[in-house]
Amino acid sequence: MLRIACPHCGPRDDVEFRYRGDATLARPAADAGVDAFASYVFERDNPAGWHVEWWQHVQGCRRVLKVVRHTLTHEIAAVGEANDELRIPDAGAKS
Amino acid sequence: MDLYSGWRLAKEALGGHLGWKPAWRDAAPKAQYQVVIVGGGGHGLATAYRLAKEYGVTDVAVLEKGAIGLGNVGRNTTIIRSNYFSSENVRFYETSLKLWERFEQEMNFNAMVSQRGTINLYHTDGQRDLFARRANTMRLEGVDVEHVDKAGVKMLAPLVDVENGRYPVLGGFLQKRGGTVRHDAVAWGYARAASARGVDIVQQCEVTGVRREGARAVGVETTRGFIAADKILFAVAGHSSRLAAMAGFRLPIETHVLQAFVTESIKPTLDCVVTYGAGHFYVSQSDKGGLVFGGAIDGCNTYAQRGGFTMQEEVMAAGATLMPALSRLRVLRQWGGVMDMSMDGNPIISRTPVENLFVNGGWCYGGFKAIPAGGVVTAHLVATGKPHPLGAHFGLDRFREGRTIDERGVGPSPWAH
Repeated sequence: MLRIACPHCGPRDDVEFRYRGDATLARPAADAGVDAFASYVFERDNPAGWHVEWWQHVQGCRRVLKVVRHTLTHEIAAVGEANDELRIPDAGAKS
Repeated sequence: MDLYSGWRLAKEALGGHLGWKPAWRDAAPKAQYQVVIVGGGGHGLATAYRLAKEYGVTDVAVLEKGAIGLGNVGRNTTIIRSNYFSSENVRFYETSLKLWERFEQEMNFNAMVSQRGTINLYHTDGQRDLFARRANTMRLEGVDVEHVDKAGVKMLAPLVDVENGRYPVLGGFLQKRGGTVRHDAVAWGYARAASARGVDIVQQCEVTGVRREGARAVGVETTRGFIAADKILFAVAGHSSRLAAMAGFRLPIETHVLQAFVTESIKPTLDCVVTYGAGHFYVSQSDKGGLVFGGAIDGCNTYAQRGGFTMQEEVMAAGATLMPALSRLRVLRQWGGVMDMSMDGNPIISRTPVENLFVNGGWCYGGFKAIPAGGVVTAHLVATGKPHPLGAHFGLDRFREGRTIDERGVGPSPWAH
């Protein structure tokens, strides 16, 4: 379904990867309180559009990668390392 | 409402079947309603029907983006059962199953409710013990379930290769009252019954915004104009997050796609619904003869209403392992539907951070079987403002308060449910 261009191994089929969810979440400070942690653990933007997310290349280099993917078209705009700041295309852009 | 009956059928036949009327009024939206339900699927329609019938609230509009019956309610594997693990879920789904048993009489609509039985197979001692524990919970709640050994499985479903090399079948747990229901008829039956009690069923009306005054929701912007409402219910599973975003809050939900498949029609070969836990595969034979089956979700957030080849291959492999004969059949149709996957794998029937705004969603794979009870519980919540005892555990506050329902025990990772 997807072809993810792993920066270490090259373009690979999604069967080699495992999805790990929303990559935009930032862990709150330890004293941030229950509401902040409940929101961090459970609540999601869940957009119909561009989504920044984690994919681990479990059957390749085993690195956790950051991927910018469109949740309606499955187009992948960018793949990078976990700490990369990836550019997210304009909200309206689909392909 | 003109009742349907054998007598009516004969009468209409004599008139050349020219006397039938549309089953429900295709209403134009009014400017204001007491209750606006966004989403004309199973849960939205069932809630509208219960509001009118049990609470006398008939100033209700059900807004449907497309046409009634073409959403998730008309695209699923139609299975009904109440074999759940936690007591509160067993009670909720058993209420639903009992309502399915009376559905046709209550709605005066033929939904082809067929209690052909559902059997969950097990393949290891550990899995048997887990299922036995589930079965014991069910029996404590007075719900039927029985153990079937390997020979029994072979008797019930001769197509199943109990000696298959990958996950040999040791036995199964059978709920005889489980089965299937014709899904379209569920939507049509509820729409007709609700419409007859005065509910406006508004089709081709997409909600594009939610209007708020401070903490309160006061109405919805739609493609057919603004509609004011005292109370609003979101019943749009698959798109609950998008509606919530319009109203200014977030939900503990990710949207994922689940695929289903139908083969060409064959003679009756499979009497019951079979689920194959080890390979994640479930199959039943429709009354038309096709084998209807499905597997797991594709595995990443998506709103694309199609499915990926990866999961198709996986489902076919699991199916062919369990029932080798399946590999000789052609798959006629395949579809992917998007669903709310909630963070604990259980539905959300709840008040929201916005006043006068309620949500029914987060059904994960299992919204269809829950429709009748979902209607009862949601109507109670909307009408009285208080959770119904049967669905009190489905509140949004459970996430914050650490009372998530541990049905599968996989934690807050929707793609793992």
